[in-house]
Amino acid sequence: MELRKPPPVRRLTGIWTPPTPAPPATNGNGHHPVASFVGPAQRAAPSSIAIDRMQVEELSVNYGEKPAVKSVSLPIRQGEVLALIGPSGCGKTTLLRSLNRLTELTRGASLSGRITLDGVDIASMEATSLRRRVTMVFQQPNPFPMSVFDNVAYVLREQASRRPRRAVVRGAVNDALARAGLLDEVADNLDHPALRLSGGQQQRLCIARALAADPEVLLLDEPCSALDPVSTRLIEELIIKLREDVAIVIVTHNLQQAYRVADYVAFMYLGELVEYGSAHKLFGTPSQQRTRDYVGGAFG
Amino acid sequence: MSAVRAATAGVRPRAGTGSAYRLTDRIGLGLAWLFGLLFCAIAVAIVIYFLIEGIRFLRPSVLFTNPVPGVSESQTGGFLDPMLGTFIVGAMAMAIAVPLGVAIAVWLSEFGRPTALARVAESAIEMLAGEPAVVLALFGLTLFELHALGFLSQVSNGVVLGQSFFAAAALLSLVGLPMVVANTREGLQAIPSHVREASYALGKTKIATTRRVLLPAARPSVITGTMLGLGRVIGDTAIVLLLLGGTLNFQSANSVPVLGLLRGTGDTLTGYIYYNAPTGDGNQPDKAYAAAFVLMLMVLALNLGVDLVVSRSRKAVRWN
Amino acid sequence: MDEDDFLEPGQGMSQDQRAELGLGALVFVVVGLLLAMLAFVVHEAWPSFAHNGIAWFGPGGSLDQQIQAIINSGQLKEAPVYTFHAWALIWSTILITVGAVAIAFPASLFIAVFIVEFAPPWLRGTLEPVVRLLASVPSVIYGLAGVLVIVPFIGNHLITQSQKASVTPIIQLSGASLLAAVLILTVMIAPIMIAVFVDGLRAVPRGWLEGSLALGVNQWRTFWKVGVRTVRPVLVAGTVLATARAMGEAIMLSMVSGSVPFAPNPVDGLIFFFEPSQPLAATIIHNTEALNSPPMKATLYAIGAVLLFSSAMLSLIGWTAKQPMRRYGVIA
Repeated sequence: MELRKPPPVRRLTGIWTPPTPAPPATNGNGHHPVASFVGPAQRAAPSSIAIDRMQVEELSVNYGEKPAVKSVSLPIRQGEVLALIGPSGCGKTTLLRSLNRLTELTRGASLSGRITLDGVDIASMEATSLRRRVTMVFQQPNPFPMSVFDNVAYVLREQASRRPRRAVVRGAVNDALARAGLLDEVADNLDHPALRLSGGQQQRLCIARALAADPEVLLLDEPCSALDPVSTRLIEELIIKLREDVAIVIVTHNLQQAYRVADYVAFMYLGELVEYGSAHKLFGTPSQQRTRDYVGGAFG
Repeated sequence: MSAVRAATAGVRPRAGTGSAYRLTDRIGLGLAWLFGLLFCAIAVAIVIYFLIEGIRFLRPSVLFTNPVPGVSESQTGGFLDPMLGTFIVGAMAMAIAVPLGVAIAVWLSEFGRPTALARVAESAIEMLAGEPAVVLALFGLTLFELHALGFLSQVSNGVVLGQSFFAAAALLSLVGLPMVVANTREGLQAIPSHVREASYALGKTKIATTRRVLLPAARPSVITGTMLGLGRVIGDTAIVLLLLGGTLNFQSANSVPVLGLLRGTGDTLTGYIYYNAPTGDGNQPDKAYAAAFVLMLMVLALNLGVDLVVSRSRKAVRWN
Repeated sequence: MDEDDFLEPGQGMSQDQRAELGLGALVFVVVGLLLAMLAFVVHEAWPSFAHNGIAWFGPGGSLDQQIQAIINSGQLKEAPVYTFHAWALIWSTILITVGAVAIAFPASLFIAVFIVEFAPPWLRGTLEPVVRLLASVPSVIYGLAGVLVIVPFIGNHLITQSQKASVTPIIQLSGASLLAAVLILTVMIAPIMIAVFVDGLRAVPRGWLEGSLALGVNQWRTFWKVGVRTVRPVLVAGTVLATARAMGEAIMLSMVSGSVPFAPNPVDGLIFFFEPSQPLAATIIHNTEALNSPPMKATLYAIGAVLLFSSAMLSLIGWTAKQPMRRYGVIA
């Protein structure tokens, strides 16, 4: 009996023509009304710079006996957004967490291979120093039970050898909030509890908090999966804006999101790096069959 | 260069320089270790101390003979009756506290209306848990000296004694009650609601569900609460001092076999230890050590029991 | 199969209603009994308060003499004497309780943090049962250890002869003292605090801790700034519960605190720590033989009423202090 061939899948690219840009979604005072139409986004133009920041060389991660990441190598550059895509449980998050050595928190995790930051092996650094330069935003927004100001100022206060005065820190806090696109919305309420913000605002607060550390690399672990489309759109725009200042690595299981924000894409499957290349190439003409299948929606 | 970099230039130490742990952090961590180990050391010291001293003075004769008024240590016998007294008050007190406590816990957890009564009941049980045993003992004494309750102790010349096993057990049940209530409630509340819903959907009444599904599932918690309550009961001295009469041997009220004993006076291990401590009238430290050793063994056994029950229940039951 | 397997129309419902009524009535009776106990204690204590007024709580006179006068007036069937100024007892209770809580709080907090976050697994597995064990040791055994070890140690090794001589006309320094009482009480109440703190700290959402670590803050600071700060209500609750326990402790304190209704004077310098005293709860224990004298009974009930209300208030505060935690979804 013949196996039926899967029905031809619609490609993401090739049929797609960039539409005219959607009307601006903000109203007069700079706020995004909730019911605004989220028009189809486009891929941003590539940025002008590409600075090597981190290099992953032959990284393998095992949890006890089970391999989670198998011999992965890829570069991470400032000026480019790297998206890690792939189905659930295939090592994307593990790879991300090994970039700031959070894997050390899991009992039984063992690593081999090398990751370097600006040429220095991260295993030779102090974990806390590393994590100030490579910060992370998590899937579930987790602002601390403090005020908005204290959340963003947290890193600045805990890093310095002497607790800096509020006046010193205020500028940096405002700046971080502005970079995260949140300043307008919370400028009047900096001392209100952070937990009172909406989900999208909390996640942007977490991004501001991570930016306040002035990192060289920003890691995002499915940052929008718990958010509504408007917040998702805002954060994606934010990511594109930030990429020139900070190297960004984003893990996402949402292919459309990867298409929108990424400059380079790494497709992982069952712990292996199946394909790495520019987004244009990976979504348009992937060289591996498995990539083609995944991107086309044959499995997920 | 971003504004953040400029703003934090004076604030942030350059990456790679400066230690991740400030001095205060190191001190804090050191203190945590210090206190932790110190605490262990104190506990071990107490246990070992009583073990050694107790074994030195514990002889089988002491366990199986009764106290005898006397002058020197070798003449004053053992503490058989007080030991039995501990068992008796423990059993009696929990025989009251467990059914009562489970009933209250069931009502609080499964019914609980009117809400005002539920709130008052919760706070009343909390207050009872924190109440000094001395005050309970005072109250119990006056309560049991009422003529109406004379049948629970002895009456002579028209004056009710008010001190008996019944009296002590009644007040001791109040000491054990909060533990039973708290643990049973916790056990019941840990059962997910879909279990209850499944039972109701089969047409079972709430009370039947409680009796046949919930309470059996919460059994480890009930047992834990009982053991913890029992631990408190056998460790109590104040109520025993005031309400049990402090006679070294059982003094039955009359010759009726069991009831006479329970209406009479006696002593427990805790009262015996208090009496024989250097500050007490008896002042026989050796006997006090031996009795303390036996009491510690009981407490240790109860604690072990609780640990066993908890660990076994954790392995057995897994709600989805 | 039994009779409640089948829900007959009208029958099953009333079964539940009957059960609810029955259980509710039982709860009502028990709660009523507890409240009646409160009222009863106040009622019995009233003569003592009425005769002394606010001076009941104040200083004045020798407590030994006052107590003796009260007892005699009752036993000799004379006009009842109620004069009683409990300040020395209250001061002793305050000193011992505050001293023990002040030492136990930081120690318990550090130990709890240690248990939850920093202890290696083998040490954690030892510490937790140890805490539970110490919490369940009967107070009379603590008292015995105190009388046989701590008190002689203080009396023979810490107090000098000259110190003893300097106070001989007034009191005797035997080692049964404030110091002994505070030390042993600290060990007694620490396990309560530790247990409550550990429960609270364990309930802190891991997401917050991980978020802080991912920002490059070290483990100690993370736990302190985020974890401990979050559980402040639990810290209050644990402290309050331990304070109630400390205040109500009668047996152990009656064995090691000195049993002399003397108000220790901080001005005495080092001797202050060695002075004997008698806290409220221990006073009741010491005078139980005199309960047949009605004025003494009223006085003892008055002391009991003070203890009862203090511990009830503290328990209530502790219970309500735990409620705000639920706002963060932290259930402790």
